Amino acid sequence: MAAHNLKHALFCAIVTLIISYPILGFNLASEGTTVTLEGAKTSTVVGVLLAAVIVFLFQLFRDTLMGSLRQLPAVNPLTNRKPMEQSKRLKLDSVLLTLMIIGALIWPFIASRGAVDLSTLVLIYIMLALGLNVVVGLAGLLDLGYVAFYAVGAYTFALLSQYYGVSFWFALPIGALLAALFGLVLGFPVLRLRGDYLAIVTLGFGEIIRILLNNMTNLTGGPNGIGGIPDPTLFGMEFGRRVKEEGNTSFHETFGIAYSGEHKVIFLYLIALVLAVITAIAIRRLMRMPVGRAWEALREDEIAAKSLGLNRTAVKLSAFTIGAFFAGFAGTVFASKQGFISPESFVFLESAIILAIVVLGGMGSQMGVILAAIAVTILPELAREFSEYRMLIFGAAMVLMMVWRPQGLLPMRRIHIELKKQE
Amino acid sequence: MLEVQNLSMRFGGLLAVDQVSLDVREHEIVAIIGPNGAGKTTVFNCMSGFYKPTGGKILFKGGEIQGKPDYKISRLGLVRTFQHVRLFSRMTVVENLLVAQHRHLNTNLLSGILNTPNYREKEQKSLDRAAYWLDRVGLTDMANREAGNLAYGQQRRLEIARCMVTEPELLMLDEPAAGLNPAETKDLNQLIISLKEDYNVSVVLIEHDMSLVMDISDRINVINQGRPLASGTPDEIRRNDDVIKAYLGEA
Repeated sequence: MAAHNLKHALFCAIVTLIISYPILGFNLASEGTTVTLEGAKTSTVVGVLLAAVIVFLFQLFRDTLMGSLRQLPAVNPLTNRKPMEQSKRLKLDSVLLTLMIIGALIWPFIASRGAVDLSTLVLIYIMLALGLNVVVGLAGLLDLGYVAFYAVGAYTFALLSQYYGVSFWFALPIGALLAALFGLVLGFPVLRLRGDYLAIVTLGFGEIIRILLNNMTNLTGGPNGIGGIPDPTLFGMEFGRRVKEEGNTSFHETFGIAYSGEHKVIFLYLIALVLAVITAIAIRRLMRMPVGRAWEALREDEIAAKSLGLNRTAVKLSAFTIGAFFAGFAGTVFASKQGFISPESFVFLESAIILAIVVLGGMGSQMGVILAAIAVTILPELAREFSEYRMLIFGAAMVLMMVWRPQGLLPMRRIHIELKKQE
Repeated sequence: MLEVQNLSMRFGGLLAVDQVSLDVREHEIVAIIGPNGAGKTTVFNCMSGFYKPTGGKILFKGGEIQGKPDYKISRLGLVRTFQHVRLFSRMTVVENLLVAQHRHLNTNLLSGILNTPNYREKEQKSLDRAAYWLDRVGLTDMANREAGNLAYGQQRRLEIARCMVTEPELLMLDEPAAGLNPAETKDLNQLIISLKEDYNVSVVLIEHDMSLVMDISDRINVINQGRPLASGTPDEIRRNDDVIKAYLGEA
């Protein structure tokens, strides 16, 4: 065992050297027109060697180290506490939720403009993650192309406003419904697929949408994107300094206050907040309805579900459609917030991040997903000081998370159902 | 009420079921027995729509059902259990029973979101039915546990309860006693008889436990290597030379 560990550790250390030395150990220096190769500073070389030693030591004692890592949660006093009583927990839950919503309502008036802007983004991710949670967490269908529906929602609004001057409030339901339609259409070919195969097909679908948007230049502007997407209005009041559309009034003039760019940011935040709350409530309701139970049943055992009279086609399609619907919602808000969209915003990485949120939060758990959306969006912003290392920190946080809590931040709790006693 | 006529099922070059016929009348328990690999479960899979039979007819309440989608057959009132327990293990016991009543519920999304009276009434009815059957199989205390955490015997009982809440007319049990101890088998015995007597459900079962089969069956069909070998009352089967040969080998 020890000999095997030593061999493995040595191997890992050598691989580390092979990978990092050529990249970090040499510099390209240009003198005039010629480029020459020169060795890096001694400190870098020492750093690389040190890294190899660390890898060696870690691999040598990996079993012990990982073992003690797993022990850590036991030190945490919260892990071993008894589960709370049902009634107490429900009360606590509702109090916490109310506080959260009140806090979210006050937040834009005390925070800086940048923070509110970021919070709007967080809310958009919450909507996306809640929607994907239906598909992945509840129905158990691994969807790697979820960003496609987000793109459909965003582009629907952008195109409608560009060609037909449609306002945000009209585009919102249209975008969501169109995204839902795309979800339905994607649902048909993938009905028979599960797991890995499904993941690949949905991944492909996500790319198809992005590439289409990129190449249909005369409609979507291709890589140049679409700009000048109007902001939402409040009962016909615009938030710009000057009224753009005839018949509208401006917000600051109606209320007789000085113009401030912040009004628009706060208004967008509040719209996103309302939509996110609606999304959460609607999905929460769906989870407790027959269709929600059917999603989970299909995830748990497809054959048993069919034998009990569940129509697999209908159940799967409903999950895809409803998930896509909320992505469309989020997309419309996103387009309005940015004022400019291009295919750049809808790359595969976005799908991966939304999926990471769902997994980190705990599959199927709404509260967990919301917390994870906040963490995943804000963490890279907080780590901005570390500039180039922020993705590294993000990745490390995810790895640690999966080692300690593979079930997610707040795993899904079953709903307790009170039964009437039989006489 | 169920009639299987000359059922055949071919997988490539293998004829797994060859010209099997059987019938189940109302208010009757019929057993299918046979050595391992005889094709009993294949017959079940054809009857419940998991396989599309390559030949023969299956009539349920006078209508042909062979080749129909599985969920449609189940909605007709022909519901089955599985050789290996197939519960929704990460859902609670009650939820398992609620899922099974999907087709009896108001599944309209809008009425669910708006919580209409009709929706609530149907939910309550299905909850009551679930509570009744939990009580019937003695799992009331487990109602909010995750199904996967139940003991094996309890899981078996839950699976039967889950079929019964769908209000079937014909219940197909695939080796219901597998893995149960003698006491549990005895309870199961009683339960199956009471399904027939008290709830007017016909039962088809596959079983290896001969004491169970001989005790409760009204008629028995024996299948060997995909072919029907014998059929009759338990007494006739007990005395049938072919059956003894198939089970014990040629003497």
